[in-house]
Amino acid sequence: MNVVPISYYLVLSAILFGLGVVAFVFKRNIITIFMAIELMLNAVNLAFVAFARAHNQLDGLVFVFFVIVVAAAEAAVGLAIAITVYQNRRTLNIEQINLLKF
Amino acid sequence: MSLPFILFFVCALIAVGGALMLILAREPIHSALSLVLVMISLAVLYLLLGAEFIAAVQIIVYAGAIMVLFVFVIMLLNAGVEERTDFSKLAKYAGLPLGMFLLLELAHWMAHSVIGRTIANGSEAANTAASTRELSTQLFQKYLFPFEATSILILIAILGALVLAKKDE
Repeated sequence: MNVVPISYYLVLSAILFGLGVVAFVFKRNIITIFMAIELMLNAVNLAFVAFARAHNQLDGLVFVFFVIVVAAAEAAVGLAIAITVYQNRRTLNIEQINLLKF
Repeated sequence: MSLPFILFFVCALIAVGGALMLILAREPIHSALSLVLVMISLAVLYLLLGAEFIAAVQIIVYAGAIMVLFVFVIMLLNAGVEERTDFSKLAKYAGLPLGMFLLLELAHWMAHSVIGRTIANGSEAANTAASTRELSTQLFQKYLFPFEATSILILIAILGALVLAKKDE
């Protein structure tokens, strides 16, 4: 039988996480930055599933389950914050949302 | 090249391409749709890893619910083309090399770690039918308390989203 080595999945996970970090740093739209966070969470999920497979244990899959739940909660609250910010400031550009900057 | 390899490389290419599209797209809606692409190809990879329940959850919750929420907010706020701002000099010259270094470092250590070297050898014994049942047993016995805690987390998230997004009277 010929299966894909686990390390391939881990490398793909690392690449996706790196791209997520790049998107997080480069994008200027608050919604797109949330998407970058989702991309990083997805990359971590892939690593979890790959490790669960490598060790033949199901705990990793349970963690993925929890990560998905937390991501859903985070997206709901984060997007509500984005809506509030837009109502108050009329912009989604994080360059102009600098109230906490000093 | 066997079928799993081909499937893996096609899905990996689609995932990385989608992630690149997310970075390069100017419109937030294009970024959202390319993120859906990444999530669907990751779901195929989960199937390849024998985690069919997680693959279904990935499609239903991530590509379905969460991304619909994103698209809905993008449409609601009428988010248009994002304007580019000039980056700092430091980010311009140090950012790309450092980012590439981080990426290569991560990939290198993941590929050469002890665990990375172990190959999923002949674990077809993790037969697909029992996997979901075992997962649910694990979830509702060993991880019962975290499971209940997440229900409170979800409740707080719902309340928080409601309070934040409602119009001030």
